[in-house]
Amino acid sequence: MSSNAATHDDHDHHHAPSGWRRWVFSTNHKDIGTMYLFFALFMLFFGGAMAMVIRAELFQPGLQFVSPEFYNNMFTNHALIMIFGMVMPAAAGMANWMIPLMIGAPDMALPRLNNLSFWLLPAGGLMLVMSIIAPWVGGGTAVTAGWTLYPPISLQAGMSMDLLIFTIHLLGISSILASINIVTTVLNMRAPGMSMMKMPLFVWAWFFTAILLILIMPAFAGGVTMLLFDRHFGTSFFDAAGGGDPVLFQHLFWFFGHPEVYVLLLPSIGVLGMVIPTFSRKPLFGYKSLVWGMAFLATLGMVVWAHHQYTVGMSIWATKYFMIGTILISIPIGLMKFNFIFTMWRGALTFETPMLFAIAIILMFAFAGVTGVMLAVVPADLQYHDTYFVVAHFHYALIPGAVFGLYAGVFYWLPKWTGHMYDEKLGKIFFWWTTITFNITFFPQHFSGLAGMPRRIVDYGVQFTEFNTISSLGAFAFGLSHLLFLYIIIKTIKGGEPAPAMPWEGAQAGTPGLEWTVPSPPPFHTFETPPEVK
Amino acid sequence: MTQEAPPQEQQKKKIFRTAMLASVVVVGMFGFAFALVPLYNLICDVTGINSLFTQEKRIRIDADDSQIDKSRLVKLEFDATINGDLDWEFQPTQRSATVHPGQMMQTTYLLKNNTDQVISTQSIPGVTPWQATEFIKKVECFCFETQTLQPGEAKEMGLTYVIDPDLPEQYSTVTLSYTIMNLDRSSIVNGGQNDAAKVAELNK
Repeated sequence: MSSNAATHDDHDHHHAPSGWRRWVFSTNHKDIGTMYLFFALFMLFFGGAMAMVIRAELFQPGLQFVSPEFYNNMFTNHALIMIFGMVMPAAAGMANWMIPLMIGAPDMALPRLNNLSFWLLPAGGLMLVMSIIAPWVGGGTAVTAGWTLYPPISLQAGMSMDLLIFTIHLLGISSILASINIVTTVLNMRAPGMSMMKMPLFVWAWFFTAILLILIMPAFAGGVTMLLFDRHFGTSFFDAAGGGDPVLFQHLFWFFGHPEVYVLLLPSIGVLGMVIPTFSRKPLFGYKSLVWGMAFLATLGMVVWAHHQYTVGMSIWATKYFMIGTILISIPIGLMKFNFIFTMWRGALTFETPMLFAIAIILMFAFAGVTGVMLAVVPADLQYHDTYFVVAHFHYALIPGAVFGLYAGVFYWLPKWTGHMYDEKLGKIFFWWTTITFNITFFPQHFSGLAGMPRRIVDYGVQFTEFNTISSLGAFAFGLSHLLFLYIIIKTIKGGEPAPAMPWEGAQAGTPGLEWTVPSPPPFHTFETPPEVK
Repeated sequence: MTQEAPPQEQQKKKIFRTAMLASVVVVGMFGFAFALVPLYNLICDVTGINSLFTQEKRIRIDADDSQIDKSRLVKLEFDATINGDLDWEFQPTQRSATVHPGQMMQTTYLLKNNTDQVISTQSIPGVTPWQATEFIKKVECFCFETQTLQPGEAKEMGLTYVIDPDLPEQYSTVTLSYTIMNLDRSSIVNGGQNDAAKVAELNK
């Protein structure tokens, strides 16, 4: 093996480089993963601050704090930042950290590409900030189109729209490169004996996520490129005056936008597939069916996009197809839920913070599933379309489904990443605080939506005041809870009870990943000689 | 292969192959987005979902009254909209017409340019309910041409149409709507810039 070691020396250093070079030139999957996670944490507060602006404005009817244009810009950027800046980088950070450790690989397959895909993120983030600032420095009107960027309104905005298109290009390239890297790593870098069907569920989940991203991200990049062409190069892809059709953009957008929901969701399902067996002290129930369920979910997710567009005037047959396809999605999702419940069945359960989040996700995500089936039904959706009911639905899907899953992952792997146990008491306080305030924030929005309150409007009728006041109070408390989250993370990084290789008294012994065979924190280089999996 | 490459090299090759394959998919999906444009137009054309692509088909009708369906009347409503904040006047001279299917009819729309600029516009039709789109046949229409008006100029524009006798029975009222659009697209994108003063006003 001496020859192998020699070729290795070309690009890997056997001692950690120090200073800023360690981070800027990093090709180490753990360091890059850490940078991804910190970037996501920063964006969580940035996007969260925007949500606070939105809720402050909606605290009472009438205009109080911000102009309608700025309000519209805030909900546009809140969505884009939370999706592209927070959830996706956080999930990618976990993938970077955990996938090589779980499958026994020394690093990602393409470490330099990994460096590039991270450093495109801050560039994209900067571009997004410029897009927000542009209207104040003579760049025309702000982007007020919402994250869906529908023309014609997105064609009419000023320079900030161009900056936003470039933001999407940069963030899109970043996630495409990261996905190529993950697919390549999973297919080629597994330790001997780690067959595909032995991989931890988190790796499978990310494998499907990466495939989805490779398929949808370029199509979306194409769509926004057409927007750019329409704005500056005289084409008429979406401009009706020149024979184009704005509805075409909606199809392009949702061809990306619907699978994107599963891009956000699947990594968290993967985390649940690790957390639940650990704290139930039982192997995962129905591993194979979960893998195939995710494959089915990803495939089905690709072909139901137009359920976001029932109101644009499709033929009755098209809406029927999209309705049935959408309702079918409840089958793989239901399967996953039952598998997780059966994993807990008669297990020796303990309720550490990650497990509390996992159980809460199963309950609250089921709620999003129920409202999702309601929204999938065409005649009902014509009523709910673009009301706060939809806002409540997708926040119930994405906050428990994606964000709480990532929180569960953070608490689950913090001891591994930092080498210190997090403060269990504070973790539990954080769990109850977020879960309760999340429900206070978004549950009333079901009612205001059913009563007819439209989304994406700065003002509302006085009959919705009570619901909105409750919602805003909940949102402020929900936002505040994240300061505790930040405190817990900093406290854990700084110190705390040293974590063994297997925290929680070896509860995770039954999980198939190799991450628990390395010490906490893992050394800078791991698995330089491939481990053997029996 | 006669000589077995060392495992490290083999793995590098495999990694390269997978990464290349994934990159090809990425490029292909980027192209797919653009391929969707003609595909979408084709689907709309075939299924008649979108009126934009059926209006191009001018029809020729012989002066033959035998096709007139005297047994029923359809109410056709005329509607006019100006897109954006173009300072023009645009309206039908007739709000609605009650016609027998198969009967050739004429009406006019009025267009006036109130600005001090020469502006070219294009009218885009829309039919409600859209299922009736392919049954509203236009023999002659101002929407077939670009309309360019001098400052202050007004114009009466003709529309000759026939309602296809095959129009399903359930559609007794059909709305034909025209939206007039400014063809000078620099005013669309730069409109944002011109609005900077308005924005400053709003953000105060």
